Amino acid sequence: MADLNYVAPTTAEAAVKALLAGGGMARVLAGGTDLLVQMRSGRLTPETIVDVKAVAGAQGIRQEAGGFVIGAATSGAVIGEHAALSMAWPGLVEATNLIGSTQVQGRASLAGNLCNASPAADSVPAMIAARAICVVVGPNGTREVAVEAICVGPGKTSLAAGEFILEFRLPARPARSGDAYLRSIPRTEMDIAVVGCGVNLTLDTDGTCAEAHVALGAVAPTALLVEAAGAALVGRKLDQEALDRLDAAARAACRPIDDKRGTVEYRTRIAGVLARRAVAIAWQRAGA
Amino acid sequence: MSRKTHVTTTVNGDAAEFLTDPHATLLDALRDDLRLTGAKEGCGSGDCGACSVMVDGRLVCACLMLAVEAEGKRIETIEGMAQEGELHPLQTQFLRHAALQCGFCTPGILVAAKALLEANPNPTEVEARFWLAGNLCRCTGYDKIIRAVMDAAADMRQERRAS
Ligand SMILES: Cc1cc2nc3c(=O)[nH]c(=O)nc-3n(C[C@H](O)[C@H](O)[C@H](O)COP(=O)(O)OP(=O)(O)OC[C@H]3O[C@@H](n4cnc5c(N)ncnc54)[C@H](O)[C@@H]3O)c2cc1C
Repeated sequence: MADLNYVAPTTAEAAVKALLAGGGMARVLAGGTDLLVQMRSGRLTPETIVDVKAVAGAQGIRQEAGGFVIGAATSGAVIGEHAALSMAWPGLVEATNLIGSTQVQGRASLAGNLCNASPAADSVPAMIAARAICVVVGPNGTREVAVEAICVGPGKTSLAAGEFILEFRLPARPARSGDAYLRSIPRTEMDIAVVGCGVNLTLDTDGTCAEAHVALGAVAPTALLVEAAGAALVGRKLDQEALDRLDAAARAACRPIDDKRGTVEYRTRIAGVLARRAVAIAWQRAGA
Repeated sequence: MSRKTHVTTTVNGDAAEFLTDPHATLLDALRDDLRLTGAKEGCGSGDCGACSVMVDGRLVCACLMLAVEAEGKRIETIEGMAQEGELHPLQTQFLRHAALQCGFCTPGILVAAKALLEANPNPTEVEARFWLAGNLCRCTGYDKIIRAVMDAAADMRQERRAS
């Protein structure tokens, strides 16, 4: 086995430096629940591991400017225990807590879920629907990137050499807002989404939809922000016509694979069904 | 050959140190360096939970953590569960219910179940089943395991009331 260099820097600058020094053979480590599996199977053979969990700001949750900031390496278990975050963003928290088992939750992070770049990653549609922003640190300083701009294909991200995600920012939450995430899996636990759907919406005082964002997972090479599906709801009440248009827009966005977990036809159909159901939950939460 | 790294941790309340390869997992270090062979390698990919241990109070799979990450951490394993020769209520109930056959999954399930009862002393059966969904058992069909966990939870609530 090749030499492996493990570093656990405490500042973002040092992490960037270590990633650059490692060149193409450096990898960021957060919870390791994807990375270690891939290293052990021989699929990945990094020469440098930059553990970012000790980097200042990479773990923990804080409230700022009316919104939330979640450290990129914060574990699902910590996210699930945060009462204020769970109150404001129940869909995002539920999506995060769907990742793996209790053991996996003890380590798995949002940044790892995103940067592993699986089209089926559960927290990603929920983060996209939430309009979450990634704070990316790199050799040229800090930039802010929408979550949907990180993955470019299965296993591939738009992050440049030396860059990593330090934290996620969730926008301030207007009154009468709600979110939801649903996934379809053949079992009740410990399985990979066949389709996932995240919804985030805000209602007007009269109960019409003022703003809506719908994102789908596992129906394309990357998770999708389906703008037409959100637009189908805006200015409407929760009626049959709005739901039919939402369903059609969700199905129209699908470009899924055909595999043993689900055919193209099945995944496409389920995308519409999950969008309807997730909207109903988010709507009810927004009205409550 | 990789350079070895010196790691200092606490295992079951005692200071522990070992020299490890950066590729090694915490499970490798526990079993091969510290000779704590209770945690088992079932799958090596985080699916089976046979290597469940606590790290700084969190349940994790020791196969999905590097040994070097254990620096400065507080680790608890199945070997620390019985206190001064006295079995934990979960261990007692596992014996009473015969909630094991081959026993390979048992240390991981006991560690995971203990974590459950610390977080939630009065779980419903559904909550217990979901919490333990990352612990596979190919012998028992889970029923006896769940019954043992529910009875141990009741024993522990009783004990707490009595004390
Ligand atoms: C048994 C099991 C069940 C699972 N079930 C699910 C499931 O139901 N749903 C699901 O979506 N996933 C599931 N997963 C996959 C995995 O747990 C998640 O994707 C998890 O969120 C990964 O997070 P991590 O912190 O462990 O990532 P790591 O393994 O540490 O990293 C994953 C990738 O992201 C990169 N990375 C990590 N952090 C950063 C950062 N801050 N900046 C830039 N790059 C970074 C790493 O270099 C690596 O390429 C499961 C895994 C296991 C082992």
